[in-house]
Amino acid sequence: MAKALYIDYQKCTGCRLCELVCAVMHDGISNPARSRIKVMKWEAEGLYIPMSCQQCQDAPCLNVCPVKAISWDEEMARVMLDYDVCIGCRSCVAVCPFGAMSFNTIDKQVFKCDLCDGDPQCVRFCDVGAIGFVDPDEISIYKKREAAERLSNAGKDAAALMAQI
Amino acid sequence: MPLKRKIAYINLTTGDIEAKTIPLDVRKKFLGGRGLDAYLLYNHTEKGCDPIGPDNTLMVSGGILAATCASATARTHIMAKSPLTGLLGSANMGGFFAPEMAWSGFHHLVIKGKADHPVYIYIHNGEIEIRDARDIWGLSVTEAQWAIREDLGDQEVKSMVCGPAGENLVAFANVMTGIKDSGGRTGMGCVMGSKNLKAVSARGTMDIKIAHPVEALEFNKRFIDQITSAKVNQTQGTIGTPFIWGATNSWGGIRCRNFQYNQCEYADDIEPERIDEICEETMGPYHMAGCFGCQVHCRAQYKIPDGPYAGKYDEGPEYTSQGAFGGETDTPRATTVLTGNHLVDQYGMDNLETGSLISWAMELYELGIITKKETDGLDLSWGNDEAVIEMIDRICYRKGWLGDTLAKGGIQASEIIGKNSFDYLIQVKGMSNLHSDERATPALALNIATASRGSDHLRSRPAIDLYHLPEEVLRKIYSSPIPYDGPLSSEHTEYIGKPWQVFWQENCYMAVDCLGICKYHTTFLGATLPNFEDWSKVLYFNTGLEMTPEEIWEVARRCNMIERLFNLREGLTREDLKKGDILNHRYFDEPCRRGAPDVIGKFIEKDKFIKMIDEFYEHKGLDKDGQPKPEVLKELSIENEPTHLL
Repeated sequence: MAKALYIDYQKCTGCRLCELVCAVMHDGISNPARSRIKVMKWEAEGLYIPMSCQQCQDAPCLNVCPVKAISWDEEMARVMLDYDVCIGCRSCVAVCPFGAMSFNTIDKQVFKCDLCDGDPQCVRFCDVGAIGFVDPDEISIYKKREAAERLSNAGKDAAALMAQI
Repeated sequence: MPLKRKIAYINLTTGDIEAKTIPLDVRKKFLGGRGLDAYLLYNHTEKGCDPIGPDNTLMVSGGILAATCASATARTHIMAKSPLTGLLGSANMGGFFAPEMAWSGFHHLVIKGKADHPVYIYIHNGEIEIRDARDIWGLSVTEAQWAIREDLGDQEVKSMVCGPAGENLVAFANVMTGIKDSGGRTGMGCVMGSKNLKAVSARGTMDIKIAHPVEALEFNKRFIDQITSAKVNQTQGTIGTPFIWGATNSWGGIRCRNFQYNQCEYADDIEPERIDEICEETMGPYHMAGCFGCQVHCRAQYKIPDGPYAGKYDEGPEYTSQGAFGGETDTPRATTVLTGNHLVDQYGMDNLETGSLISWAMELYELGIITKKETDGLDLSWGNDEAVIEMIDRICYRKGWLGDTLAKGGIQASEIIGKNSFDYLIQVKGMSNLHSDERATPALALNIATASRGSDHLRSRPAIDLYHLPEEVLRKIYSSPIPYDGPLSSEHTEYIGKPWQVFWQENCYMAVDCLGICKYHTTFLGATLPNFEDWSKVLYFNTGLEMTPEEIWEVARRCNMIERLFNLREGLTREDLKKGDILNHRYFDEPCRRGAPDVIGKFIEKDKFIKMIDEFYEHKGLDKDGQPKPEVLKELSIENEPTHLL
């Protein structure tokens, strides 16, 4: 199966370079309003979370589209838009649970992540590795390893605590 | 196009707002950012204007590359006549404000007059509005920014604000954005406060078309690889700037007890490793943050671990806070440094100036020049952590005799305190030195003595001078884009060749500030980072503007000369201890008492130092008195200033 975006928000430094290179790569324009990926921030807590399309298997945007402008691309494992068919009704924007479908008020078009046809620029430019492009089954392995590490640390801390008592 | 970003003139007295395009010939002469701001300052202020009166003009700008696909185009520049020094006022900060202003259609703001009640300026997709800020006045730096977002109903708005210190006209109040991004030094927040201007806010979704997007993107990638492969930046990205403090302290290059020692002993609690430990304990393993588009991510996140402000979130501390609230006052405790850092961030006050003045007051207290009568009973003994924190509060709110006096800045305070207090004030041109001690490093001493905004490291410091690089490496760096075949020395205690290094760095930093990128992306802390050749390309790919490396160098020289012209107009003379290019006598009279073998016993040799200044003036095109030579002004096409092109 084709690769998927994997966002590890803990590693995000909030620099928003992904937004910049996404807009420049797709439109040749610097403007975060054109970016397919967007870093949501809670500055007062130092929390930064990049949000992008999840390329859902059972995509609400695809299901809701009244003119079937949205389709599933099996080869790249992505949800794709056909601008020749799209009527710009923004139903997809309304139903997306992640806010990943955006509307561009300058070109009057909806737009979403297309994984840069297999070479996502956000991944390429993110030096800290907050965004990865990996086999979907690997994602859960990463998460398992991290969770296991947390458990083992907790175990060690508990043992140390017991030793002190 | 980046070059279509406009300049706006805003009169706070009348409410008049006018936007103009920036002519291409002006761009080619001054590029943007600090360089164009210097031109505007020279053209839009009268000689001798009151820095906190309505006639002072406040410039706010992004660099010519702001928000483009060049690396880290995040810097905001603020300029006005300084209430601290009476000379050039200039501050530069990272964060996200300048790019947002560029997306909202503007690169430069020229703010004049004084509002009759607190206001803030809101810039939104080509429109500028002056809005009521009476409910926001009095709020801290972050509270004010969040309140503006509430007021506008938009969480994406970015603001630059002055904090309570600016409102209270503390002469060294900062302009701030985000949690801790500070336009520090020379009191630009005080100028905002004097104009009843609480904030400038921006929100933009306007396109900036990149001239050659494919090339710009690929070049940016190369740029980033070069920047992130430098060891110095990898260190910055792991533990932030505290590593600089750790290195210079162990070597003997920082001030302790004002200027009595050049090394702070028993400082384990504020060493970079300890600070990093606190960041990790309070914020987890990934606790570094970055400014717009920057992969260095040198900004640490922390929560204060204990003390009266325990649990408060902040960012940093930078090495400047370690120096200001740890080393200089001889209070090397993490809680004091982190708390002090948090307070100046929330008050919007320059950490370097604040720490310097507190440590100066502590020395005066030790000498009996001030007593408990002047301190309102506060024990200002060295190492008194509570007194340091208390003084930060008193200065911001001008509480008590000493708090109010120090808030006026060092020179005015020394005139009020009297006796020989001035002799102990470590300043140049009225601005306190940062926390570093330059007695063992003549190049760095020359840098602070001649820097255009006063005693400062970010104007011309050849920091790589400390690395003892082979001469051929220095030659490679310092003879481009302009050939240089004079002497260069790898030895940091030497005097020869240093004037050229300082002159080269002055132009390098000016170019960076015109472009609007960060100094960590050029020859500052790392010797392998991009400069003129690369900027020529990055400028072309992003803006379409064709300029050779030599032409960018010329722009930098021109802008530095305009800053010099402004300072001369406001009374700079070479030997003036309060307004000149000269160091405090202690640099010449008191040898270093601590540090490495190549530091201990070192002091600045005055005759050699004077010769360095002569040589530096020669490189700049100044005569022996520091006045520009007419033929050099002509060569730089600024012989008829002010020309009022904008």
